[in-house]
Amino acid sequence: MKLLRRVLPYPLLFLALLAMWLLMAQSLSAGQLLLGALAALGGCWMMVALDPPAARLRRPAAAARLAGRVFLDVFRSNLAVGSIILGNEDRRTHAGFMSLRLDLTSPYGLAILAIILTCTPGTQWVRHDPSRRILMLHVLDLVDDKEWVRTIKERYEGLLMEIFE
Amino acid sequence: MSGAPELPLWAAILVSFLLVFGALVTLIGSVGLWRLPDFYARLHAPSLGATLGTGAILIGSMVCFSVLQGRPLIHEVLIGLFVTITTPVTLMLLASASLYRDRVEGNDAAPGKDPEPTEL
Amino acid sequence: MSVAILSWSITLAQVLLTFAMGCAALRFIRGPRAQDRIIGLDTFYINAMLLLVTLGIRSGATLYFEAALVIGLLGFVGTVALAKFLMRGEVIE
Repeated sequence: MKLLRRVLPYPLLFLALLAMWLLMAQSLSAGQLLLGALAALGGCWMMVALDPPAARLRRPAAAARLAGRVFLDVFRSNLAVGSIILGNEDRRTHAGFMSLRLDLTSPYGLAILAIILTCTPGTQWVRHDPSRRILMLHVLDLVDDKEWVRTIKERYEGLLMEIFE
Repeated sequence: MSGAPELPLWAAILVSFLLVFGALVTLIGSVGLWRLPDFYARLHAPSLGATLGTGAILIGSMVCFSVLQGRPLIHEVLIGLFVTITTPVTLMLLASASLYRDRVEGNDAAPGKDPEPTEL
Repeated sequence: MSVAILSWSITLAQVLLTFAMGCAALRFIRGPRAQDRIIGLDTFYINAMLLLVTLGIRSGATLYFEAALVIGLLGFVGTVALAKFLMRGEVIE
């Protein structure tokens, strides 16, 4: 077990890199498998040198639920932002900055939250202050900032804390 | 009018729909880049094309090539994954760079201080 | 029949994407500030990448996939370097 840890420090990363290699090569031949495994091993060892903080994916079910939720929200907010862009002048001038307090502290959780908020059109992560745990956002349709806080905290933050903490 | 690959009718209709839908969403995003009033509002526009637009066009491409070659061919997933990870990085960097610049220059485009956190 | 449908819709998608590239290029030219130009450039290369994917569907060759991936990679690196430059006035700290 210890030897395995030393040879293969990040098994999930290894599998992901190997899958990426095979997708890129578009084949499953033995040669490509070998080359891909070598490249993935190199990538894993490089990660050892970078020494990232440990992370465990604890609840796959919660992660799947989060993915489904994000997928739905991206679709919905695309429609909302599309209607704002094509709508008349006064709908386009409600944009503004807002802040909210976050309870999430895990760096991976925060990274995922940043990707989610930036990928859904309509909300844009501007900066996060880790010492005060305050996140500053720019929102395109800032009519009710409490509603946005509630959405972010209930829809994403709870699940992310469940997954990463 | 150059050619197109020979697909069964259902696949042709599905691919056509996905392509036109994705292109339309991307166009709306880019039009937003033109129509929205200030820089921070414009930051929201490109993510339209980068999420739904890219997604629809890439799924269309996957369906097309999988049907064409008779085996699942999903290497477009890589482009999708890559765009999903990189677009937030560029947009966040641009947002913080622009906030920094606006504050240094004392523009009124960005607030001089962070807004107070909204409490529930 | 199916060839005609697909051919026409690819043309339509390409026209739409070209207009999208035009909007992004207009934002790149007009500015007014450096960050507006960069975001125009960012949208421009993503639209170009999608246009390449539609070209690949038309030709039925998977060759265009690599080109699209390379455009995506290089565009990302370029935009990040530019954003970094805006923030500090230098790319490498």
